[in-house]
Parts: sequence; structure tokens; C-alpha cells
Amino acid sequence: MIYPVLQVSGLVNRFGTQVVHDGLDMEVRADEVFGIVGGSGAGKSVLLRTILGLQRPLAGTVRIDGDDITRMSVAQLRSVKARYGVTFQQGALYSGLTVLQNVQLPMIEHLGLGRTALEELALLRIRLVGLPAEAAHKYPAELSGGMVKRAALARALALDPRLLFLDEPTSGLDPVSAAAFDELVLYLQKQLRLTIVMITHDLDTIFRTCNRVGVIVDGRMESDTLERIVDYPHPWIRAYFHGERARARLGAARGT
Amino acid sequence: MSVSMSVEVRRTDEGLELELTGEWVAQRITLLESGLAAVDLAAARQLSIATERITALDLSGAWALRKFLQRARAAGAAVRFRGTPPDQLRLLEERLEEPGTPEAPPAASPEAPQALAVIGRNAVGAGRDLFEGLAFFGRTSVTFLRGLARPRRLRPISIARHVYDTGITAMPIVALIAFLISVIIAYMSARQLRGLGADIYVVDLVAIGVLRELGVLLTSIIVAGRSGSAYAAELGSMKLNEEVDALIATGVDPFEVLVVPRVLGLTIALPLLTVIADLTGLTGGALLCRYLLDMPLTQYVGRVNEAISPSTFWVGLVKAPVFAMLIALAGCYRGMQVHGSARELGRLVTVAVVQAIFLVILADALFAVLFMEMDI
Repeated sequence: MIYPVLQVSGLVNRFGTQVVHDGLDMEVRADEVFGIVGGSGAGKSVLLRTILGLQRPLAGTVRIDGDDITRMSVAQLRSVKARYGVTFQQGALYSGLTVLQNVQLPMIEHLGLGRTALEELALLRIRLVGLPAEAAHKYPAELSGGMVKRAALARALALDPRLLFLDEPTSGLDPVSAAAFDELVLYLQKQLRLTIVMITHDLDTIFRTCNRVGVIVDGRMESDTLERIVDYPHPWIRAYFHGERARARLGAARGT
Repeated sequence: MSVSMSVEVRRTDEGLELELTGEWVAQRITLLESGLAAVDLAAARQLSIATERITALDLSGAWALRKFLQRARAAGAAVRFRGTPPDQLRLLEERLEEPGTPEAPPAASPEAPQALAVIGRNAVGAGRDLFEGLAFFGRTSVTFLRGLARPRRLRPISIARHVYDTGITAMPIVALIAFLISVIIAYMSARQLRGLGADIYVVDLVAIGVLRELGVLLTSIIVAGRSGSAYAAELGSMKLNEEVDALIATGVDPFEVLVVPRVLGLTIALPLLTVIADLTGLTGGALLCRYLLDMPLTQYVGRVNEAISPSTFWVGLVKAPVFAMLIALAGCYRGMQVHGSARELGRLVTVAVVQAIFLVILADALFAVLFMEMDI
């Protein structure tokens, strides 16, 4: 049986009396770029944290390649964690390490490589995300916003994951850098045959990169292909895809 | 014919035939490397590689293969793929074609550092540090004096919060430590003095020791560890978060809202803590004298009265605000120096605490000399 790369079913998360997720279902198939959209406070970050195993849900399952991570021990989770890469919204680069060391850290933890192999493989990632070679020996504090995002992506790719999570990959970037980052993500997705799950608000990014989109509304997720989901009747989805900011983009995407 | 887990080698007339099998992925990279390293390239003019049986090939696997191909070509073998070479290999060539490896960061100067140069550099660094510390003190003082004209700008609410954080919450630990230390002093001295029949002087030792020196000194050291570090860490992480820049950009002086309230808060809290330390210290002495030396409480109190002069208590207490200022200034100064990384934060918090304690003890020594000259 072939499992979906990521399958979330019946997810329930609650903080006190506040219900964040109330039976959320989500499925991501191989080789697609899946965008997660939702209003502020809709539970996008909580969903990501749950999928990453950073917090356990009240109910429901999260299956990565068919393995339910909500029921795993820490040791089992460790091997699953080597299968996916993550970038966080603020980059979350380790500030005391250079970019090169940041990329090497997961390799040291998981692969047990020799020194030269470690260095070359890390440089390969840095090159791959389009960072200049000089950036390798810089500290995160010395990088621009766009470079931090790229360095974080390089680190996420350190273990050659098939599945990549991107949390707000283009937030805080100027439109030109954001567009360049979108192209990079698409390029890597195609070249490395990655499955990508990204949380984003950026309509340009969604229209450029995503095959399917999941919208979190009322604690559940409505997901469909991009072409279809824009016409869903739910008020928030309509407001999102047909608001003032979206109209031009939608028109362009449909060639009208 | 040799077989490893990922590489099958066949020797033919022209050279080698390699059949690559299994998963060529990052998780197995060490196996792949050793498998390829074991291939004997000697006298192999032709190298034919088949990749159809590879079930998964990622960048790391491709990299290992690419390294092997480079080695083979360097050894003079002609490399040929049976079928099409994998895409991943082409991707690598594409991204890695400019071979320039980044120059390593400027290495520590090649020749061993000259002792004289190190001493000189440290001396200059220390001098600059002193100068900047004084400038920090000056700027804090000016901000404070300016605030005196308009007391609202001294942020009374903020000061109250710092008095609570550094004073009220520190009461239990300060009281406990003062109590224990005076019990220890009384106990140790009682054993010595009893031999000379001079038990009664235990009281003098405890009373004068605690009131003049130990009460304030111990309290200061505890507070330096507790609040000096908290100040440095708090301001340091605010700096890392650009909160301090945000304040400046809003036109708010960070000295006014961050530094001065902290210094004033601690300057109020530390003398109060010292009184508590004095009190519990004397209580500890009383308890020990009562139960170890069988000295009734009234006799203890009478003896304390005789032992100390009216100035003894004040001589101790007057040092507290000075120590408080040194601790708070060291903490705030180092906190404001943080920039860049979390490691820097840790380093400067350490420096703040070490310097605060050093400055307190230095100041205490100066006070001792001063009071001796003044005959009190």
C-alpha cells in the first residue's frame, strides 16, 4: 500500500476552553506543493508544531509516510525527523554558529561523516540555495533577511529530505527577493523531487508555487486544488481569494 | 568479483563494470563512501557504470558518486554510463561547476602570538573598557539628575517593580544565608574561644562581623548573582530582539526607561535586604549561643549592646547603596553591550556577574581603609 506523504486525520487541539482544531483532516501527496492558509489565530502554527511532533494533539493522528508520529517514543521520532526538513519563520539559525556549521549540525547528528565529506556536502547545500560561497563562514547576525531564509533552507535540506516544511518562507522579504525565493523553491522542488508543505499568507507565493491549498476555517481544513478552492463559498475563503489584494492576482492567474 | 552492499564490481578485459544497487541516500552515506573507496581502480582503463538498480538517489548519494568519478578520471579511466546518467549528477555539475571553494575565515595569525602584543592588547582593551564603563556611569548619572527635575521621568512604577524583583523576592534566600553563615561563625569561634575561656567574645565576633561586614557583603554577592545576571540577561535579550533599537527609534531614551529604574530599584532594595541579613544574622548568633554556650538571651542582647558602638550598624549599611549601584551598573552595562548572538549574551552575563562581585569586594576594601582612617 502506498501511503500519502503526510496524512492528518481527526486532529483536535484545545488550549483551555479555546478550540484550535476540531477534527482537522489533511492529506499531502508526493511531489506536490501544498499551501496552508488561514487567518491569524486559525491554528496554522499549532498545526505545524503538531505535525513536527513538537506538541502532542488531544486526539487524532499524524502520519508521515504512514507512520503515526503521535504515538511514537522519542527515539522513534528521531528517525522520522531525519526524513523531513523544516524552516522556521524567523529562520531560527543557531546564532552562535556560522552558516556552514548550521548546515553541518543535522549531518553531524544523523550521518556520522568525515570532515571533508561534511564540509563538501554542507557547501553543496549552501551553493544549491543560491548563497554566495563567502556566506558560508558568516554568522547569522551578519546576513540579510533574504540570506537568512536561504541559509535556513540549506539547513533544512541537510539530510536530503523528501518532505520539506516551510513556515512563512517569504514573510519579511521584499517582493523581488520573495519572487526569487519562490523560484528557488520551485526549482528545488522539481530537481530534488521534494514534497513541500508551506504555511504562507503571500498570495503571490501561493499562485506561483502551490498545486493544492488547504484553508483552515473553524478548526477544520478545506483543501482542494488552487483553481477550485478560490471559488469555495465559505466567507473567509471568499474574502481571502477575492479581496482587494487578491483580485488582480486571480485575474492574472486565470488569464482574464 | 567483489560485492559490497551498494556496489557490485565485475572485472572485464577492458576494465571494470560497476553495478550500483539499493538506496543511495544521505542516511547511508558512510556505507556508500566505504563501498566506493573499496573499488580498486588500478589498471582500469574503461569504467562502465549501471545505475538502473538504484532505488533511491539523493544529493548526498550523487555527491558520493561524483567524488568517485573524479577519482576514477584522475586515475586515467574512461567513464561511461550504461543508460542515461542520473539527473542528480547533472544537477550537481550545474551547481558546482565554479569550483571556487570559499576561503576559510581569516585564520588566527600564523605565528604564535607575541606575549608582549597580547599584554598590550589586553591593557588597551581594559583601559577602553574602564573608559566606556565610566561613560556609561556618567550617562546614567546625567539621566538620573535630569529625572530629578521631573520625578515622573524617573518611572516610579518601574522602580517599584525592580524593588520587588530584586528585593522582596530575594528575602528568603538572603535571610537563610545570613542565618547560616552567622551560625557557622559562632560555632567555629566558640570552639576556639572556649579553650581560652573567652566564650563571651563569640558574641562580639558575630555582632561586629555581621553588622559591619558580612551582612552587607553576603547580601551583595547573592544579589549580584541573582539580579546582576538578570539585568544583563534581560537587557541583552532586548538588544538581540532589537527592542532597544525600537525604543531609541521611538525617541525614548533607553537609559531613562531601562537603566536608571534598575539602578535605583536595586539601590533601594539592597539596603533593605542588608537590614534583614543583619537581623537574621544576629538571630542565628543568639540561637547558637543559647543552645551551644548556654548563654541566656538577655545576656546575649546585653553583650551585643556592649560590643557594638552606635556607628557599627551604619558603617555596614552605608556601603549597601554603593554596592547596589556597582552591581546594577555592571549588569546593565554588560547587557547593553550584547549584540549578534546568543553566545555573546551568555558571555556578557558571566562577565557582568564576575565584575559585579569583584567591584563589590574592591569597594569593600576601600571602605575598610576609609573607615580606619576615620577611626570608626
